[in-house]
Amino acid sequence: MAKKSNSLTYEVVKGLWNENPVLIQLLGLCPTLAVTNSAVNGVAMGLATTFVLLCSSILISVIRKIIPAQVRIASYIVVIATFVTVVDKFLAAYTPDISKALGAFIPLIVVNCLILGRQEAFASKNNVGRSILDGIGMGIGFTWVLTLLGMIRELLGEGSIFAISIMPESFNTWLVMILPPGAFLTLGIFIGLSNWINERRVN
Amino acid sequence: MKTSAKMIIVLTVIATLSGGILSFWNGITAPKIKENRLKVLKKAISTVLPKYDNYEELKLSEEITLYIGKTLKEETVGFAFKAKGNGFSPDLTLMVGILPDFSALTGIEILEQTETPGLGNKIEDDEFREQFVGLLMGIEPNIAVVKNRKPKNPQKGIQALSGATISSKAVVFIIIEQVKIVQNLYNQKMAGI
Repeated sequence: MAKKSNSLTYEVVKGLWNENPVLIQLLGLCPTLAVTNSAVNGVAMGLATTFVLLCSSILISVIRKIIPAQVRIASYIVVIATFVTVVDKFLAAYTPDISKALGAFIPLIVVNCLILGRQEAFASKNNVGRSILDGIGMGIGFTWVLTLLGMIRELLGEGSIFAISIMPESFNTWLVMILPPGAFLTLGIFIGLSNWINERRVN
Repeated sequence: MKTSAKMIIVLTVIATLSGGILSFWNGITAPKIKENRLKVLKKAISTVLPKYDNYEELKLSEEITLYIGKTLKEETVGFAFKAKGNGFSPDLTLMVGILPDFSALTGIEILEQTETPGLGNKIEDDEFREQFVGLLMGIEPNIAVVKNRKPKNPQKGIQALSGATISSKAVVFIIIEQVKIVQNLYNQKMAGI
């Protein structure tokens, strides 16, 4: 499994587009679809996931050599669950509205395959420095996609962005956009567009 | 043998540290979370009751607590209580305000709902909720849910939300059911004393 290591900048940048967790790796789609019915929910979910991802990556990278291979997944899950609970309590204490809006999806970050995937594929094989960069990159990549999805769905479904009215009074809101089908439609178009752009870049 | 010992030690250490961190963090956040819940509760009570100065709690059963709004002169302005039931989606929770003789509603507030956005969730709108202020209750409450127009007698009926008749009816149904239950429990409690 000898592979040439990437430059440090690339470890961050890859998450934004080339290996974007949502658009390219298609990881963590459940929260992506479920909570992006408004921009603020998208940002909050993205940041909460980034925090958990970053902290877990750091810790698991630090202790990667002392964890026996047989119990690595169990160890990762305990570490991830700890950070998720920290975030969950934090949101409930300081931003109760967001905590109510995101509901069960915060505790469910524990089983977000994006986080476990990065621990297994990256943090457990790389040093702390690289794991931090990878965590930041993947986190931002996840957050920007969720935020943009939330903005588009909120704009068409409610006529506002971040709860600020944008559309004229006469605009007839597309209710479907804030319902589950709107999530599939928007995400589908997003992934289609990103594939199209990537193909054109290759040619 | 050596690996299994290592497995046990590593997992135990990780789990213990995790428990320690969480217990510490819970100590910091728990009071704040409790405070938030109380704030939400107080706000809901003040929305559904006429103006009051403070409220007392009266536990009627395991699930039902009556919040009794009182003025400084110890006059009871009304009772508020939580009412749970199912709407178009499950888990619809209301705060219901009612006069102390259970004759009429003083207001309702939606505490939790998962109704369809844009249709059923309009039960949260002031326009819908305000229809419940002054609705007659009594021993056998009878509320008409009218479609597409205002009810003839605004004390005996409400206008359903268009496209969300089921949600509208659910709110009415939950209120009627719970008012009956609370009224019975309250009367029993009073008779007992």
